[in-house]
Amino acid sequence: MSEHRKGPSDGAEPPDQASGSNKEQWTDLQQEAKAKLETGRAGDDPDPNADGESADLRSPITWLPTVVETLVAVALALVIGAVLIALSERKVIEAMPYIFSYPQDFFRESWDAISSSYAALVKGAIGSGSAIGTTVERSAPLICAGLGVSLAFRAGLFNIGAQGQLIIGAMLAGYVGFSWDLPAGIHLLAAFTAALLGGAAWGAISGVLKAQTGAHEVITTIMLNFLAGSVLLYALSKEAFQREGSDNRLSPPANESARFADVVGNTHWGVILAFLAAIVVWWLLERSTLGFEIRAVGANPDAARTAGMSVPKIYTLAMLIAGLLAGLAATMSVLGRGDSLSPTMAGTIGFDAITVALLGRATPLGTVLAGLLFGALAVGGVAMQASAASTPKELTQVLQALIVLFVAAPAFVRGITRMRAQGSDSALMAKGW
Amino acid sequence: MKLEIRGLTKRFGTFTANDRIDLTVEPGQIHCLLGENGAGKSTLMNMLYGLLDPTEGEILVDGEPVTFASPSGAIDAGIGMVHQHFMLVPVFTVAENVMLGREHTRGAGVLNRREAARVVRELSERYGLAVDPNSLVGELPVGVQQRVEIIKALSHDAKVLILDEPTAVLTPQEIDELMDIMRSLKEQGTSIIFITHKLREVKAVGDVITVIRRGRVVGSAPPSTPETELAEMMVGREVNLVVDKAPAKTGETVLEVSGVTVVDPRGHQVVKDVSFVAKAGEVLGIAGVQGNGQTELIKSLLGLVRPETGKILLDGEDISRYSPRDSLDAGIGYVPEDRSHDGYVASFSVRENLVLDLYRSDAFANGPALKLDAIRENAESRIKEFDIRTESAESPVSSLSGGNQQKVVVAREFSRSLKALIASQPTRGVDVGSIEFIHKRIISERDNGTAVIIVSTELDEIYALSDRIAVMYDGRIVGTVSPDIKREDIGLMMAGAREVPADQEATA
Amino acid sequence: MAIATAISDEGAVDLRDRADVSRQIKLVVVFGLVVALLVWFALTIENSTVLYTLGERISKETPAKEVNGQALAWGAVAVAVVALLLAAVNKVPRGGLGILVFVLVGLAFFTGFLVWNYADQDLGRPLAMVNPLPGTMRLATPLVFGALAGCLCERAGVINIAIEGQLLMGAFFASVASSAFYSAEMGLLGGIAAGVAMAWMLGIFALRYQVNQVVLGVVLIAFASGLTAFMLSQIPDDYKQYFNEPLVLERIAVPVLSDIPILGGPLFNQTLLVYLMYVAVFLVTFLLFETKWGLRVRAVGEHPMAADTVGIKVNRVRWQAVLFGGVFAGLGGAYFTVGSTGSFDNDASAGNGFIALAAVIMGRWHPIGATFAALFFGFTWTLQAQLQVLDKIPGELLRASPYLATIIAVAGFVGRVRPPAADGVPYVKS
Repeated sequence: MSEHRKGPSDGAEPPDQASGSNKEQWTDLQQEAKAKLETGRAGDDPDPNADGESADLRSPITWLPTVVETLVAVALALVIGAVLIALSERKVIEAMPYIFSYPQDFFRESWDAISSSYAALVKGAIGSGSAIGTTVERSAPLICAGLGVSLAFRAGLFNIGAQGQLIIGAMLAGYVGFSWDLPAGIHLLAAFTAALLGGAAWGAISGVLKAQTGAHEVITTIMLNFLAGSVLLYALSKEAFQREGSDNRLSPPANESARFADVVGNTHWGVILAFLAAIVVWWLLERSTLGFEIRAVGANPDAARTAGMSVPKIYTLAMLIAGLLAGLAATMSVLGRGDSLSPTMAGTIGFDAITVALLGRATPLGTVLAGLLFGALAVGGVAMQASAASTPKELTQVLQALIVLFVAAPAFVRGITRMRAQGSDSALMAKGW
Repeated sequence: MKLEIRGLTKRFGTFTANDRIDLTVEPGQIHCLLGENGAGKSTLMNMLYGLLDPTEGEILVDGEPVTFASPSGAIDAGIGMVHQHFMLVPVFTVAENVMLGREHTRGAGVLNRREAARVVRELSERYGLAVDPNSLVGELPVGVQQRVEIIKALSHDAKVLILDEPTAVLTPQEIDELMDIMRSLKEQGTSIIFITHKLREVKAVGDVITVIRRGRVVGSAPPSTPETELAEMMVGREVNLVVDKAPAKTGETVLEVSGVTVVDPRGHQVVKDVSFVAKAGEVLGIAGVQGNGQTELIKSLLGLVRPETGKILLDGEDISRYSPRDSLDAGIGYVPEDRSHDGYVASFSVRENLVLDLYRSDAFANGPALKLDAIRENAESRIKEFDIRTESAESPVSSLSGGNQQKVVVAREFSRSLKALIASQPTRGVDVGSIEFIHKRIISERDNGTAVIIVSTELDEIYALSDRIAVMYDGRIVGTVSPDIKREDIGLMMAGAREVPADQEATA
Repeated sequence: MAIATAISDEGAVDLRDRADVSRQIKLVVVFGLVVALLVWFALTIENSTVLYTLGERISKETPAKEVNGQALAWGAVAVAVVALLLAAVNKVPRGGLGILVFVLVGLAFFTGFLVWNYADQDLGRPLAMVNPLPGTMRLATPLVFGALAGCLCERAGVINIAIEGQLLMGAFFASVASSAFYSAEMGLLGGIAAGVAMAWMLGIFALRYQVNQVVLGVVLIAFASGLTAFMLSQIPDDYKQYFNEPLVLERIAVPVLSDIPILGGPLFNQTLLVYLMYVAVFLVTFLLFETKWGLRVRAVGEHPMAADTVGIKVNRVRWQAVLFGGVFAGLGGAYFTVGSTGSFDNDASAGNGFIALAAVIMGRWHPIGATFAALFFGFTWTLQAQLQVLDKIPGELLRASPYLATIIAVAGFVGRVRPPAADGVPYVKS
């Protein structure tokens, strides 16, 4: 019963006359209780608060999905994707009216379309060394920004603002990268730091507002995304950000002296930083006092406050670090690939980062794996569009959404596949606002 | 209407909450259901009211077997229920709450609020339940909210009224009023099932008493049965009223509170100019009905709310502006009133919860890094010392029973050296075994020279532990008395009477 | 809480309420800023003649007229100064009169700001201030519809972040239906169908499978944006006329009402969709607060267990509210195609769903409040479009002003707003 989730512990009824002084009685009672523990539970009723709170969004222990469930969710999404591919193929549609007289036509055409699309997808993503390199390179910003969203999640904050944090980070990195003139290593360091600071500052705004005024972070981060977009547009309308002799909203790329060197092929050193960031975030969350505070505040801010933690401080810090990680994501494109600043440069990385974090269940390892999967889908999607079936790459976006949806609803996946319940049913169940 | 329950059983997984319960409620009878915390009384009533499906057994109304798929089935059969946690929508008016589910309309689904208000007024006059149909429920005192609940049940033509722990939130005077209401309902032919664990109330108003223990009916008794006998039936063994403790060896003043006033976010003064002292080696009990400012008072002692005025001196150091962390570091131990809300993080392991406010100390942290080994060892020894029943130290606290969860909180607070211990409702919702254990630990903490402040709404707990008793009413301390004061006198003080019998005034 | 009011004033210590102090400080700071800005506006105006027109553009019926800008600006200063003085002595009334004070200060600020913008133009031909109402109504329409969907869902205890997704799907299928049936009105039905379908997905996953509703909303937006983009790219060029060249709704002038000066045109010479919006706002408000169904919707959103104990089927009521909300979200989506520009383009709703969500919260989950918040956003956008040309303030920054305004409003004034108590909490019976 959901009401129990919030109310004070049910059955607050201490017995009237219950204070034994007799040593023998005490041991009696202990033995009795021990016997009960062996058969089931000790003492009293199971605490009705238990199931509700343990099912909290921010406590990954209870909602680590089984590997099987995740795989089934991916498979299910691919099946729906297959239907969409088939339906989008003109030959399949043309075979449709004859489905009862010539069913083989329909199924052959469908199979051709689906198999060639998915084959192209897989081949494009991981079919060759350079494909894998591109996939990893594409995943890196998703992983960084996804880590930021995950970390905020663990503090009980729903950070929709990775997009804005990334834009501000990219703006600063770009500006330092193309307008300053510094020696190679120092230039990179300066531009890199600028990106992190920009993202961190933008993220911290939401944290401070939440901490000081209680303004809901979902609203402020959404608005700060729009605001960052406007700031970028404004900057690009200024000469300082435009290419020489051009009036277009396009900046020059960062100087070579401010760029990550390549590791192999066209994969740059920044990618390594993304994976290092995952390790750092893991250590921070699981091994540090700050992480202990972040997790406690996220799971139960009232208890955290009673235990002496400063909830406003943690909200601010968590959003600051989340923004910093989004800023790190920005360096991947601006200082890694050498992208120019443009109104559309951020693409949808900030929003994809949310789905990456959700799919990764807000754990660093999960985020890395989810980031790699989404990176692979994005890279493979381009190849798919170029394939014989010319399936549009937008399909991968549908696939991503479906995967996350199914992972978030294990009961749905089990219902479809008639799998037996294994873990907690209430995977991503929690109160929202 | 005659209500019979035959062999009703409810299992949650392997746990049997109700085991073959038989019960018969005759028309116009007040049938008391007596049982300890967690005995399964609420489960039984929820089955009777259609909120839970019975695993086995049947319910008969006037000899006919019935099944209730939902509460509306029970309501239609003439069963009404006043829940322990009121089932009222706080932002609705009294009239809206009463008509919810059976709305008065002008046709086409448009609400007829005037008609609803008229019905409320009529019922409140007929049964002497004074309430204004147009006031917002959330702004009414708890006692009045309870009346709204009763009116709601009566408006559905309830023939059998279930009252689930109705007295827990009332002052002694309000309890007397409720008893009168129950008697008048009985006279008008309504049967009442009265669920409680308070022996005095059962004896005052009951016609028949059925005692439940660990999900089973252990027997029936007439109201004339002596209290000790009823208590023994309820707990399953002989129980003793007092905690075994030596007289307090009172030392220096540790905590001195003077002129503290707290304003809540809505602008009400909930603590008004409160002053008291707590000395080393004594237990100061703060008694009072829930909601008279105790919660805010102790929150201000820890720094969770900042007092508007006044000083809180801990060993002469003013801590009234301290943050919770500074207060904890200064030597305050704090057991919060609602453990699941403020006391532990449910999804955290027992191990983590045992260091929830200690993780920064040198014992458990090395700069920014946690000392996992030290945290593990700490958990092993606390679990042993406090007899915390858990599968392992890594199990989430949410998997523990209420008593063991409370032991985790208590173990944590007792594991550092304290100057003052503030414990609010330290044994609420806890089984008898854990109560006795926690009480013993509190007394031994006192004997170590800590100043102990216990806040409790249960007079028995106050009597069992306190060396002095301060009574709070309406945000003020109306008097400080010694624990040999009579129950009736303390009851009067809890209801706001400021006159303390001269010989009872405690020497502070 | 009830307990708090149970406590009487007896024995109270004489203290000033902290909340009252912070309110006074807040008001003095805000009104002080407004006064300072207005004085600056008034002082920097050199050429006091400003052109204005009551229509949306200068025409025969609505010719440009002249007004003394400086006088207007000083008038605005006077209003703001009075408000500042009231705040300084802490005499700003609460409740209805207080809102009037805020509205007056707001109007004064916008008057001064507008006059300052339009004064001293260095463009060849002077531009005239135009009536911002028509634009406001147009831009606010999808926001109002979206916000109504949000209100309905959240009052019933289901968080709806996915308004943006509902708008997108509504826009796409309105375009498809209008193109295929060669009727703009059929387009509206197509939009409704899509909005309800998205609401159905929200319901299935939120109510049946109890997925976290904030997460669900974000995922549904990604789903809608991917699916519409996918489908759009699937429409072959030679079939475009059947799928994505919709008829657009015509303006219908309401006789008599549309002749009212200033207000008539913007309010009563609009498309069917705008008239539907008026009806919808009234309908949702009436349903929620005056009917049996509305009482039950609010009950399941505040205290589902209380509703259950009187025999109300909690999830059934929630389903009804979610699906009904889908109708409005679909209509809001239809605005972006059959209600305005015609064919569907990727990301047609352009973040309007998020703004609608902000409107729900700023309007405190009340349909009327949300409508006014939506109108406010529409107003700032209209203003931005007008002022951008004048180049006194960079257009990009003006474009950002609604977002900035939302942040300030949420942080400074709305603060810890109280959503329906059970918003986002799935109801599960054991």
